This record gives sequence, C-alpha cells and structure tokens, in this order.
Amino acid sequence: MEVLTHKSLAAQGHEFSEADRQLQLLRDVGLTPFQENLKNSNLFPFRPVDLDIFQINVGKMCNQVCKHCHVDAGPDRKEIMTRETMQQCLDAIDKTNCSTVDLTGGAPEMNPDFRWFVEQVSAKGKKIIVRCNLTIIVANKKYNDLPEFFRKHNIEVVSSLPYFSAGKTDAQRGDGVFERSIKALMMLNKAGYGMEGTGLTLNLVYNPSGAFLPPEQSALEADFKRRLKQRYNIEFNALFAITNLPISRYLEYLVASDNYADYMEKLVSAYNPVAAKNAMCRNTISIGWDGYVYDCDFNQMLDLKVSVKQENQHVADLDMNALQERVISVHQHCYGCTAGAGSSCGGTTV
Amino acid sequence: MKTYYDPEDLKKFGKISDFQPELGKKFFDYYGSVFEEGALTAREKSLIALAVAHAIQCPYCIDAYTVDTMEKGCDEEQLMEAVHVAGAIRGGASLVHGVQMMNKYKDLSM
Repeated sequence: MEVLTHKSLAAQGHEFSEADRQLQLLRDVGLTPFQENLKNSNLFPFRPVDLDIFQINVGKMCNQVCKHCHVDAGPDRKEIMTRETMQQCLDAIDKTNCSTVDLTGGAPEMNPDFRWFVEQVSAKGKKIIVRCNLTIIVANKKYNDLPEFFRKHNIEVVSSLPYFSAGKTDAQRGDGVFERSIKALMMLNKAGYGMEGTGLTLNLVYNPSGAFLPPEQSALEADFKRRLKQRYNIEFNALFAITNLPISRYLEYLVASDNYADYMEKLVSAYNPVAAKNAMCRNTISIGWDGYVYDCDFNQMLDLKVSVKQENQHVADLDMNALQERVISVHQHCYGCTAGAGSSCGGTTV
Repeated sequence: MKTYYDPEDLKKFGKISDFQPELGKKFFDYYGSVFEEGALTAREKSLIALAVAHAIQCPYCIDAYTVDTMEKGCDEEQLMEAVHVAGAIRGGASLVHGVQMMNKYKDLSM
C-alpha cells in the first residue's frame, strides 16, 4: 500500500506533522499509561544516570524520504543547525564528562558545517558516531570522499539497512536505495570500514519494514553477515535491531494501514522493566537543530523539551546540575524503547 | 456478522486454562519449551509451525506464525517457501496414494 508521497508530512501539511496531534492520538489509544509501568518497576520518577552521550541532530534535511522516518526528514526540510549553535554545543560538551558525540539528522553530512563540526569534536578527543544513510555517499561527487573523511577522524559509522534484499529496503527507504546503499557499503569497506584489524567500525541498523517487532538481534546479525558477504562481499561489525516508535511518519503509516491499535497493544504487552532501566534516555541528551535540549531524539520530534527551567532548555544556557537532576519526560511512545529486548540507537538494551 | 472464527479470539488462547487449569498449564509449558532454541533454531521452528499451520489450515495459527516468522527476520520469499513445503507434502500425500490406486487397478485388470 502506498502511504506517503515523496513529500515530508510537514510539506503536506499533514496533521501528524504537529506534535500535539501525535501526543493526543498516543493518549487516546487507551492503554496502560507508561508511567504506571515505570511505577510498578520502581523506576518512577524516571531519572537520568551519568551523562555519557551527546546526540546532536544537525538538521532535518535529507536526500531520502523514508516511510518510517521519525524525524519527518527529506529534501524539502530546510531546518539545519547553524555554526553558532554548533559552537554552543561544543561549549556545552566541555562542561560534561561525556565520552561520545552522536551526530544524526536528516543526513547530517548535508549540513554545510558538518565537516567543520566533526573536526572540532574530534579535536576534543571524543568518540564520534555519524548516522549515515549510506546513499548520501553516492548522491553527489562532493560526498564521495566521506569514507575517507570518516576514517581520518576515526568516526564510528552507523547506517540503516532494513534488509539484505532490495524489496524490503526499497519499500521502506525508496526506489533504488538498496542498490546505492550496497555501492556505498563497498566504498566504506574499501576505506577499511567494517574490515578486521582496521579498528574502523561500521554498524548496520535493522528496523522492521512494517507493523511488527524486530527479531532477536544476534540471530539476525549472523544472517545479515552471511548474506551480505555471500552476495556482495560486504563486511560490517555489528547489527543493531531497532523497534519503530509510533511517532511521525511511522505513526502515519500505522494509522493509514489500520495497524495502530494492534501495534500499540503489542508494544505495551511486551513491556520489559529491564529494558526500561537500560533506556538510552538515561545516559543521553538530544540536541535539536535549533539548540533546544531533549531527553531523546523521539521526545525532540514530539517537542517534549527537558523538564528544567524554561530559561535553561537551550544548549547555550544549560545548567548541568539541573539537567542531571531532572525527571525524564515519558509518554506512550516510550513503550517502543521498552518492548522485548529493548531498543535504542545502539540496538537492543537487554 | 457471526462467524466461527474471530481474530480477537487468538488473544484469548490462554483462557482455555480457565476451564481446566492443570491441563492448560501443562500444555502451555510444553508449548513454550517446544519453541525454545534447541537443536533447531527458534526461527526454523517458527517456519515449520507456519508450514504446519497451512497444512492443517488453522487461521489462528496462520495469523500467529506469519507475525512470528516476520519478527524472526524472515522475508516473504521464505514464508512462501514454507507454505510450498506444506503444499508439497499435502499434494504428495494425495498423489502417493495413486500407487494404491494403481495396484488395485492392476489387480482388477487382465
């Protein structure tokens, strides 16, 4: 079923491009409130542990329009982080002991200051993750040297590949994406990414192409490794199995395909207290393109800013003590991170 | 419209224990153990279950094991190959009796 056009929800003026409308629908589904389960697991109020990861969304601009995208990214999205905001992020990073800076988008590489920003973070000696959609590497000549740029800064590359065949990948990410992704993976391998002994990490991300939960991560990883090696001689390090959260375009898909109620019920019934305890929002903060701070990338898309004083919600004005003592904002979409073996930007959590 | 099969009933499968708790528990314990990872992987067992579901034509089982195989990382090609295994065995089971028919035919013929 064709659910979306090639425009973002925002460009379509779709009701689910509004955070309030999404939150209302999540409330209306009438299932056990997420807070109740946290209370029963002795995790409420939900508080952070030591901050370890700065996840920065440098913009919503992307060369793809994936059907499940929680950012509602695409070529028609013009919101990108300025160099001034990047500098504010760098200053904030200096106030923390975080080990990792995780860059995401859209396609983060499309931000004109992306390389400058990476160089600044790299100079601080932080581990850098770039969430690269693969096709950007082959989208234009000016991006062809990205594998070399990544290598130079020892960046960990994390890339979505929903399946090891074209059908499922293209159904989710667009026509021809699989073929271009394979080409980009070959370029990354050639630069040493995913190859034994190079220390250059290439991790892939699986997320279901439909209204179902992801498989057991290690079994799927073995399958991906075997198939990609056999068919394309491609190697990678680890596979992260990620659950689709019921927000933005994936929410639109669920509603349009009449799978919403069943999917939510499935997430709620699969609630796992251990996954809740290990949720990524506890050791991560998420910075939006405009510098506002959130508990995670999903709360960012639902405009649920960190629950600190309003004057401290921007990265330029962060009060690190208040941030550490805050209560993490939760809603019904959080069930996506706590179902089964859990889900995070680094795969399963249990 | 009333029908014998209601998709909502699948979610109530566990309730069969309400009328006979002891046997229900034994069955579900056994069922859980059968589908655990063993000499066969959980995924192989799920694909076998999907094939059997088609052989016995159980709508609940087809529903459950379509979802389960998808959640174990199988794609449409693998699901349909499992269904063909069921089809081949069912078809073969009919056709192999053709030998019985042939034997009888030959017995009765000059």
